[in-house]
Amino acid sequence: MSRAAEDANRRLLRARDAMDRTYTQPLDVAALARIAHVSEAHFIRTFRATFGETPHRYLQRRRVERAMFLLRQTDRSVTEICFDVGFVSLGTFSRTFSGIVGAPPSVYRRGAALGAVPTCFAMTWTRPSSFGEARARGLD
Amino acid sequence: MPNAISHHSIFVLDQEEALDFYVGKLGFEVSADVDMGNMRWLTVNVPGDGDRHMLLERPGPPGMDDAAAEQVRDLLTKGATGLAFVLRTDDCRKTYEELVAKGVEFTSEPVEQFYGVDCGLRDPFGNHIRVVQPTPEPAQ
Repeated sequence: MSRAAEDANRRLLRARDAMDRTYTQPLDVAALARIAHVSEAHFIRTFRATFGETPHRYLQRRRVERAMFLLRQTDRSVTEICFDVGFVSLGTFSRTFSGIVGAPPSVYRRGAALGAVPTCFAMTWTRPSSFGEARARGLD
Repeated sequence: MPNAISHHSIFVLDQEEALDFYVGKLGFEVSADVDMGNMRWLTVNVPGDGDRHMLLERPGPPGMDDAAAEQVRDLLTKGATGLAFVLRTDDCRKTYEELVAKGVEFTSEPVEQFYGVDCGLRDPFGNHIRVVQPTPEPAQ
């Protein structure tokens, strides 16, 4: 692997970290492409090649992971949580949540509990996968 | 039975650059620097915590072949090597401000969690590091 490829990886990771920080904001491909030092079209393509999914899908999973956290830990309504995590339409939120998690937000909330682990660990390991597990479990 | 973790290793792409970061920015001190000819045994520790050393290890031959080293560098620079380690601090927000001023790259700002105040950063190579100010134990 060349130094250039490592640098490209590292810049894409920097852009992905920025998405993790600003997940409540609309996806700003132009700004992320600037962080990654690539064109907008190239950003989406190389992000997918590097991380296995599009920036849009990554952001959706980040938001859904945060929504799962809020559903577990707070009494906020599903509608409030939808807007808290950056969705602008309840319909899109419910559809995206159900598609990724395999159950609607209200159903997920009733069955959810998690042990006391550090939040960064929960963030990584409770982030819903779009890599096929929900489908494999017959939840899709 | 073992009674402590005395050393652990993280991969770095360049040991000099690693020293700039871990010593120059995070304030660690060098606990060993031994030139073995083809490799440096280079360890650092947190000042005041001299019983735990972190080995800054460069992937490459003869420890591993070029192909394996390439895979390690690829995973490291795309942030796929998991959580490297967690630092403890008395004041997470102050540490955060100090490190931001030194140009350290953060994955998340300080956030109140049930276990304390927590923020996340990356080293220049992609290693993920957390900084936690633990919630004080309730008085007995």
